[in-house]
Amino acid sequence: MRLSPLKITAHILALLPAIWLFWQGWLLYDFQDNALTANPIKYIHHYTGDWAIRFLLLGLAISPLRKVTGWNRLISFRRMVGLYAFFYVMLHLLNFIVLDYYFDWGTIIKEIIKRPAITFGMTAIILLLPLAVTSTKGWVRRLGKRWIKLHKLIYLITILAVVHNFMMVKADILQPAIHMAILAVLLSYRLYHWFLLRKKASPANPKARRSKAVGSDVTTAAEKPCPPTTS
Amino acid sequence: MLFKFLKSSHVKSGEITPENIYLGRREFIQDTARIGAGVAAVATLGLTPSPAQAEVRALDNIIRDGAFGTDEKQTSYRAVTEYNNFYEFGTDKSDPARNAHSLRPRPWTVKIDGHVDNPGDYDIDDLIKPHMLQERVYRMRCVEAWSMVIPWVGIPLAQIIKKLGPTSQAKYVRFETLVDQKQMPGQSRRVIKWPYAEGLRMDEAMNPLTLMAVGLYGKELPNQNGAPMRLVVPWKYGFKGIKSIVRISFVDRMPSNSWKRLAPHEYGFYANVNPEVDHPRWTQANERRIGEFRRRKTLMFNGYSEEVAHMYSGMNLKKYF
Repeated sequence: MRLSPLKITAHILALLPAIWLFWQGWLLYDFQDNALTANPIKYIHHYTGDWAIRFLLLGLAISPLRKVTGWNRLISFRRMVGLYAFFYVMLHLLNFIVLDYYFDWGTIIKEIIKRPAITFGMTAIILLLPLAVTSTKGWVRRLGKRWIKLHKLIYLITILAVVHNFMMVKADILQPAIHMAILAVLLSYRLYHWFLLRKKASPANPKARRSKAVGSDVTTAAEKPCPPTTS
Repeated sequence: MLFKFLKSSHVKSGEITPENIYLGRREFIQDTARIGAGVAAVATLGLTPSPAQAEVRALDNIIRDGAFGTDEKQTSYRAVTEYNNFYEFGTDKSDPARNAHSLRPRPWTVKIDGHVDNPGDYDIDDLIKPHMLQERVYRMRCVEAWSMVIPWVGIPLAQIIKKLGPTSQAKYVRFETLVDQKQMPGQSRRVIKWPYAEGLRMDEAMNPLTLMAVGLYGKELPNQNGAPMRLVVPWKYGFKGIKSIVRISFVDRMPSNSWKRLAPHEYGFYANVNPEVDHPRWTQANERRIGEFRRRKTLMFNGYSEEVAHMYSGMNLKKYF
């Protein structure tokens, strides 16, 4: 597999937040007590969670952006964005289990069950696992149409993640509200196209049905997640 | 034994340090250190040399209050002054240290009103100066499940209240923070309803642990820690420690407090540290001490049961959280 300069740039950009975090973590280890604030574990918790949500939202933004800009190559970045979302989610989870609760499984499980916000977050993580596993070309081929169906879970996952974010905030809801607004825009875009498609496909409109049968309906690209293309 | 002792060490009885002095040497060293801290506190607070200063420096109060203190490792000055919840300067923990420079802690007027013999607008120094400053090393437990150990400098609130003379109708004390968008830029957003308000039951306010702090680490309070005057109630969650106080009212009914008003199912009036009553969204059974890696168990009343538990005997603390 050859990486284009554009892809390499994208990888570097996507890794920058993690690189910065590890660099600050190293400073902390080096007894520079101002790194990552006086409460580094809480800081890492928020930081990795925020980046996970940003990548989830970015992943959902790709096909609308592609539609709007007409730049078809964008779609080839979607798998990568999704996997970086998974990467930051895993850092978030590791921080929770290792640094925050230090493998205190009793408490960890109790917290997951007892706190709706954590239940939501953990559900999102569990649902994200099969998507990460089946992100390879082999799995796309093997699953065929079912791959598209499975990967529609990303909508539910992103909603759960944003709600989890919203529920954890004490008073200042500005940031989760921004996340929620972006999510609302991205979801309504899809709903709009879904309705448009249904209207066209309804029996009252045989013309549309014919056109769909021919398979020339471009609007489907917007609402249907397509398998990642190779590049 | 005695014979043996003399023989082996050749110490004449007159040279032997009396036991009480020997055992007191640690206290002596601590006292000396505290005198130093006291002098530093006086110096940085800018008080002029006067008999009052000698009173501030007097060891009596400080030693006696050592009973309330803790010898746990104190949280670094940097962490205490750079990791703050003070929404008047922004909602991020590092916002207050960054933005609080706009606060002007002098001149500062505190309004005293309600059921009290001596109401009026007091200059802060008139409230502070009649009293001796004391150092109190307290644990501070934030409702967000982190904690610190902070050497405060202040005056027991009971002393200030006694001088103001509340009437028998005064059942609660209500406190208010400054409202001034120019000095407190975070107030341009209504994250909570300004002014920040807090309250204590009269017996809580008069409890010897309750401190009106004007300094920490032997220095004047930095703005981000609530200059020029803030409340410290060590057995309650940190949000009870209202900062930059401009008004103290003596009232007959339980006042509302900001966090309770914002989320009444999550934050109560009492807000006593209680490992058995969880915050709906997280456990209060443990906490992370700033500077430590592993969580530690949270203590009932933050470890001050002996001093405060009697005030709540018979109360259902799950209901009155």
